[in-house]
Amino acid sequence: MNTPAPKVFHQVTIVETGEVYRCREDETLLAGMERLGKRGIPVGCRGGGCGVCKVQVEAGEYSKRVMSRAYVSAEEEAGGIVLACRVKPLSDIRLAVLGKMKKNVCATPSAAAADARQS
Amino acid sequence: MATTGVMRPGHIQLRVLDLDESVAFYKDVVGLVETGRDAAGRVYFKAWDERDHNSVILRQADRAGVDLIGFKVKDKATLEQLDKDLQAYGVATERIPAGELLETGERVRFTIPTGHVMELYAEKTDVGNGQPYTNPDPWIAASEHGIAPHRFDHCLLYGPNLEENLKLFTEVLGFHLVERVLLEDGKSLLATFISCSHKAHDLAFVAHPEPGKLHHLSFLLDSWEKVLRAADIMSMNRVSIDIGPTRHGITRGSTIYAFDPSGNRFETFCGGYETYPDHAPITWTFDEVGAGIFYHDRKLNERFLTVVT
Ligand code: FES
Ligand SMILES: [Fe+2]
Repeated sequence: MNTPAPKVFHQVTIVETGEVYRCREDETLLAGMERLGKRGIPVGCRGGGCGVCKVQVEAGEYSKRVMSRAYVSAEEEAGGIVLACRVKPLSDIRLAVLGKMKKNVCATPSAAAADARQS
Repeated sequence: MATTGVMRPGHIQLRVLDLDESVAFYKDVVGLVETGRDAAGRVYFKAWDERDHNSVILRQADRAGVDLIGFKVKDKATLEQLDKDLQAYGVATERIPAGELLETGERVRFTIPTGHVMELYAEKTDVGNGQPYTNPDPWIAASEHGIAPHRFDHCLLYGPNLEENLKLFTEVLGFHLVERVLLEDGKSLLATFISCSHKAHDLAFVAHPEPGKLHHLSFLLDSWEKVLRAADIMSMNRVSIDIGPTRHGITRGSTIYAFDPSGNRFETFCGGYETYPDHAPITWTFDEVGAGIFYHDRKLNERFLTVVT
């Protein structure tokens, strides 16, 4: 029987909350956080499509997959702004959370209209 | 009820971030049947039990979401009449030539007040469900592959102008309002569930400031057991599950929601009731909308309500 290759872990630090978790090199920053029941990065589609898990990587190396241009521009991506569900760590990572759930659906029509004007 | 005029949602074109990954997903996990590829690189699928050539079309793009939704109408005369009716109502329409989508006739395209692109068409090649029209068997091998829904059933779309949108669908396109959710003011619409058939909904809308957003597309299963089987297949394949298996208060369906590899939410559901145009619409008030959406949790779920593509 083959022995499975040992798993490689890195430390991920969410700067706002100080939350630290161990994330495998073969899982995304979002999946690692969720698997351990940790919180901090909002969890949406987990497929790079909805934008709620947007983060700024402040330090560390990572690999990434294609993510929605509706939420991350090419310039942002080049500057380390990425969707946490599309990024896997190659070293320890420090990140700041940018994305959030939009509360529009629970707002009154006038509040929703005001939100729409702002965005 | 005789189904005339607009009959049913017939096709949806989805944007995906990685075509090969998405094709494998819709084929082997959702269990749709691939029916073709076109010169533009789009990949066509149908559910095994559907008879028309395609219902789900994938297009590679740099963002997820929905390009368009097509409704099949009774015949070409209906298509011409509805085009005239739309224009008379003040909606600009455009003709898309036959064949632009594989095995699909001429389409009438227009944008609805919520910002979504809709199409009407009368013709799509009948390729059958793998059974003859004489003495068929009840199911075939393809109905056991992956989740294997019977059909693409409906969509829930997010966008602005719900009142205006409801008027267009009911006054011009022959839909009727089945259920609605009111906002805190007790008057404005938070959500509408509309039908052009017997189904509890053929389309649903939720008020949202950004136009043209997709909340989910939905596939029909025939039992609660199949919904549990769908959940098992999702977990076996490490699919990103949103919520469920559970039950809706609104439309009464039993359901599970998950996300495709590009983050587009989809539903596999069974049940719900049948509706007729003379049925009085059901209204949910804002304070009870939690139970309307997920009948057992009875509370609002932030991810379900706010994550869209
Ligand atoms: S969770 Fe939707 S883009 Fe990451
Ligand atoms: Fe649905």
